[in-house]
Amino acid sequence: MNLLIDAVYFVTAAVFIIGLKQMSSPVTAHRGIVWAGIAMFVATVATFGAPQITLDIGSINLQLMLVAIIVGSAVAYISAKRVAMTDMPQMIAMYNGMGGGAAAAIAAVELVKLSAGAESHGLTVQVLAVLGAVIGAVSFSGSAIAFAKLQGIMKKTLRLPLHQVMNIALFAAVCVFGYLVATGTPVSFEYVVIFFILSIVLGVMVTLPIGGADMPVVISLFNALTGLAVAFEGFVLNNAAMIIAGTVVGSSGTLLTQLMAKAMNRPISNVLFSSFGSDGGAAAEEDIEGSMKEIQAMDAAIMMAYGQKVIIVPGYGMAVAQAQHKLKEMQDLLEARGVDVKYAIHPVAGRMPGHMNVLLAEAGVDYDKILDLDEINPEFPTADVALVIGANDVVNPVARTNPDSPIYGMPILDADHAHNVIVIKRGKGAGFSGIENHLFYADNTQMLYGDGQKAVAELIAGIKTL
Amino acid sequence: MIEGLPALYIFMLSAFTGYEVISRVPVILHTPLMSGSNFVHGIVVVGAMIVMGNAEGALELTIGFIAVAMAAGNAVGGYVATVRMLDMFHTAKPKNEGAQ
Repeated sequence: MNLLIDAVYFVTAAVFIIGLKQMSSPVTAHRGIVWAGIAMFVATVATFGAPQITLDIGSINLQLMLVAIIVGSAVAYISAKRVAMTDMPQMIAMYNGMGGGAAAAIAAVELVKLSAGAESHGLTVQVLAVLGAVIGAVSFSGSAIAFAKLQGIMKKTLRLPLHQVMNIALFAAVCVFGYLVATGTPVSFEYVVIFFILSIVLGVMVTLPIGGADMPVVISLFNALTGLAVAFEGFVLNNAAMIIAGTVVGSSGTLLTQLMAKAMNRPISNVLFSSFGSDGGAAAEEDIEGSMKEIQAMDAAIMMAYGQKVIIVPGYGMAVAQAQHKLKEMQDLLEARGVDVKYAIHPVAGRMPGHMNVLLAEAGVDYDKILDLDEINPEFPTADVALVIGANDVVNPVARTNPDSPIYGMPILDADHAHNVIVIKRGKGAGFSGIENHLFYADNTQMLYGDGQKAVAELIAGIKTL
Repeated sequence: MIEGLPALYIFMLSAFTGYEVISRVPVILHTPLMSGSNFVHGIVVVGAMIVMGNAEGALELTIGFIAVAMAAGNAVGGYVATVRMLDMFHTAKPKNEGAQ
């Protein structure tokens, strides 16, 4: 029986790796997640027979375990089924936080057992339990804050006086109590409690000052951290599947985080230790030339319908307005008139890399119409119209021109190089980063104010009359 | 017991594996992939169950209950979210295969 269960865990770990590999190609991605899902299911069922669990059918542990599985699964299933595609990033943050919390809770039970006088499995195991606990707890509370920010429950970035100093002090305190818990013989129950409270507060404090624009990077980082926490608890519980799956997620998540941070030209240390707008946003606002010019939907429709090539630049505003289906409808109309329509996707458009791709795929836009930054930028000078819908910072030319700007050096979409730029925008406010967008004031730019979906609907109506 | 040097080897090799598996992923799949890896660390449910199975007393049972519920949420939520996202690519797939 033991051998069988070990074999199940072994195969599970292997299938997870194959599944992740398949998920990195659009053609096999669906198969990958289904395989991984089956492996997870089998591993969960097999665990009921694990040698560590020697329970009678009637035992309270087993009954509560089943209730917990059913409750947790049901809540997650319903929420994941119901949530709109646009809100997916914060749901990923939430599920990730649950995983981190679970890893921390595993450590908590182990440490409480030790404090109650259970036999220690050695210093290494205790140290790993503590490491997994702090990482898991930070990921748990940090993800909760990320969820609250993206969901709009918490709108402002909060910076307390001496925030950085407080965080360092807090981190030091976590280290001290972590050390006391990890080396305690016997472990003090009070220290365990203080250690967990401090760790959870640390996650909150680290995430609070981070602006919404940086959230994708932060969620990805917490995802990697949860993986690491799971791996550490896997060592504690002597479970190979947890070790391998957790470590694989830890390292792949770290790489993914780096890719995202690189695309935003924001080193991870900057994301974590400084916040947007506090370091030069004001300075960048001073030397804007020109003024914003408004355009009517009909004029914009004419401009696109009689053009050769239109490049659409979607951003988070498109996601909020759920305008992707309307965009696809407009694309079909324009293509029927012989206009070449393409989509330009910035790596961090929306709230997560690939966020726009998912939404456009939902609306049925073909892959080959959706182009990355490097592919599309040479094409802007040949485009008659660049239609910017709900994107802001990713098309802000100050990233190329103004070394004082906080986004200077970030690769951007060169929408300003198109003959005409039409910007669909709800109001005159600045972008998520709080930086004024010089593109909006450029001579070849015209603003189409309104909700994204409504504005595109007007454009469609306009094109139909031509 | 997996400990000492073998444990370190498993850790190192798994870390490189994760790095290699992700290194050539198109931007288009970043979000689904993050969601997918989010699902994979839902394997923590196995650990939560083992801990719950050995829990003694009200406090341990309570924490264990929370652990299992959250871990199950991680796994199920991560799976459903990933499948929903990838389903959207599903419909467009044949066209893409033609294009390549």
